[in-house]
Amino acid sequence: MKGEPQSVEEVRDGLEGAGYLADESTALVAFLAERLGKPILVEGPAGVGKTELAKALSRATERKLIRLQCYEGLDEAKALYEWNYRKQLLRIQTESREAGWDEVSDDIFSNEFLLERPLLRAISATEPVVLLIDEIDKTDQEFEAMLLEVLSDFQISIPELGVIEASSRPIVLLTSNNSRELTEALKRRCLYLWLDYPDAERELEIVRLHAPDLPEAVGKRLVEVIQMVRDLDLRKPPSIAESIDWARALILLGAEDIDRAMLEQTMSIIVKHRTDLDLVAERAGVKLAGGLLGSAAERG
Amino acid sequence: MPGGGLPARMLELADALREEGLAVGTSELLDSFAALQLVEWTDQEDFREALATTLAKSPEDRRVFELVFDRFFFRAAEREAIEQGITEGDSADRSDGGEFDPDQLREAIRQAVRDGSDSELRDMARLAIAAFGRQGEGSGVIGVDVQRIRRTLGLKGEGRPVEGAEPDPDAVPRERLREFERHLRRELERQMIERTQSLPPSRPLQEFDRALPSGPLQDLAAVHRVVAQLKRRLATQGREQRGHTRGAAVDVRATMRASLETGGVPLRIKHRPKRPRRPELFVLCDVSTSVTSSSVFFLSVLHALHDAFRKLRTFVFVERISEVTEVFERERSFAAVSRAIATDAGVADVSGYTDYGRVWLEFHEQVADDLDPRSTVIVMGDARTNGREPYAQAFADLAENAGRMFWLNPEPKLYWNYGDSVMQAYEPFCDAVFECWTTRQLDDFVKALTAKHPHAA
Repeated sequence: MKGEPQSVEEVRDGLEGAGYLADESTALVAFLAERLGKPILVEGPAGVGKTELAKALSRATERKLIRLQCYEGLDEAKALYEWNYRKQLLRIQTESREAGWDEVSDDIFSNEFLLERPLLRAISATEPVVLLIDEIDKTDQEFEAMLLEVLSDFQISIPELGVIEASSRPIVLLTSNNSRELTEALKRRCLYLWLDYPDAERELEIVRLHAPDLPEAVGKRLVEVIQMVRDLDLRKPPSIAESIDWARALILLGAEDIDRAMLEQTMSIIVKHRTDLDLVAERAGVKLAGGLLGSAAERG
Repeated sequence: MPGGGLPARMLELADALREEGLAVGTSELLDSFAALQLVEWTDQEDFREALATTLAKSPEDRRVFELVFDRFFFRAAEREAIEQGITEGDSADRSDGGEFDPDQLREAIRQAVRDGSDSELRDMARLAIAAFGRQGEGSGVIGVDVQRIRRTLGLKGEGRPVEGAEPDPDAVPRERLREFERHLRRELERQMIERTQSLPPSRPLQEFDRALPSGPLQDLAAVHRVVAQLKRRLATQGREQRGHTRGAAVDVRATMRASLETGGVPLRIKHRPKRPRRPELFVLCDVSTSVTSSSVFFLSVLHALHDAFRKLRTFVFVERISEVTEVFERERSFAAVSRAIATDAGVADVSGYTDYGRVWLEFHEQVADDLDPRSTVIVMGDARTNGREPYAQAFADLAENAGRMFWLNPEPKLYWNYGDSVMQAYEPFCDAVFECWTTRQLDDFVKALTAKHPHAA
């Protein structure tokens, strides 16, 4: 566990050490979040590395990562805490004859019978942690409202036990795919970071970082193809993770160059809908065959 | 510069942002101050990012923030310069531009536009103004001057890539060109301020500026978002009624059965449970020429609806009606759907003019049996019958059979019932009618749909 970072550069270097190439704004927001103790709301299209940022932060700061995956219908029992009522029942059944009610009731509402869910786990952790609340836009507004207490005061009140306060401030990241507008109240409490697909140069660096064995020329070509594919009107544009996967696949195949045949064989790694596959084969294939991309690469 | 230092400037900036519709509260401001304590103000990027992350909290807001930020600090700096009597004093250098070989300069500028850094672009913009702008006697309208310089330089943006065609070697990336124009504009503005020694009044941003650059695709995404909301609202509608027995119908059978426990005396009244509505949608969309401008919008709504609902039947009509449910189910891409509908829906018969009366008769014949109180019918059209018989009675029958009938009209309310629009003939039979040609209005429709609880009684 490291202390507070002193500069934006320190955060950026830390993230890079953890395998995440942060751009200027990402590093700055991460730095501010650590220093100000405010949650970060990260929005952007799917697959630009929102979740990865949280993981990298946890590695860089040597904090444990606690993840709360949101879904429709997620409620407090799954996010905060729940009483382990089966165990409570057993406890009552085994001892109720000798013990009085007061004694038992004090006993069954204690930590032993509490099932900690991610939020409570993050708050009650003795070591500082990174809390990732993934895809917050999937939950309903009521859940957001409940989060407000956690995010602004870093405390959770349990009626039977009292208020549990965080011993150290967790770094909180909320990610959203922007599928619905989040409430103003929640946004107000967060620093805002918009992550978009990286430009070609940065993506090339990222691919190189994760697939260092990829030949230089192939890497360049790969990034060009990926960027072009993203410009097509696809149902699901390829994510950064998918370009890395593709790079690794190309290494395994020992590819020297990406030509039309190679693209058609390996395309299913980056595009995952049938209609998208057709579209990519048609458009990208034509370009690769016509050598348009090649000439662009030479010019660049 | 008026006193107060940075905090005063920040408050002014916050005011400017609020005027453009950003929700900048006190807590945001406090956050931004806290953030500024931690970054170097001398680094413009850090300064800007620190403010952006605390003040602008959506991509749209971010875009507005960038524009306001630039405008605000540009003006602040210029005001300072005027007050302190500082001028650039490089007018001598500027005339040097004339000695450049114009072609060489053109090439240098084109190079910078393609892959120069931001400051290179700015320098080039200055050179271009010095060389090609008419000193001190521009047209007086900066936009005109910018375009004139751009034309003189022979810069043009890349068009959409055409398959098979070689890209134009002279063209430069559109984004970069816009960036260069921005610098030109800024430099011209600066010179004008210097000449006149006063700041022009600040203008509010225009809709065009604040829109995100990508255009129609973005709109489609917005439509999808609203429709997703519509889906959720329709799906949960009626559930909040559960457990409320007031106004519910008495279930006689269940009440009798319950009375057996109490010797035949009906002590407990049983109500029929209120079942949530299973949305079953029928959408009719006018695709005639009178609604051409809005039919793209409507088609994208249909497209989004098809993504969201399984029990959805779609019809398009001009003179006759044609079911296109299958087209939407088969075709994934929006473009393909529009094409398929345009070419082989077979809705135009003779004249190509909308005939609402005939449409109702045909719709009645084809699907009236499938309508039941659980179905919702949404009509999207301008109700312009081109002088033909509206057959309001047939429409009334349809509305009678269907559970709910909504009408979305792509024309402003002002034009309804004007000319050949017969909105008033149909309006009484609809549960509600809406003016609808933007996503915002679509959103209003979605809200009204849930706020009214038409079947609460």
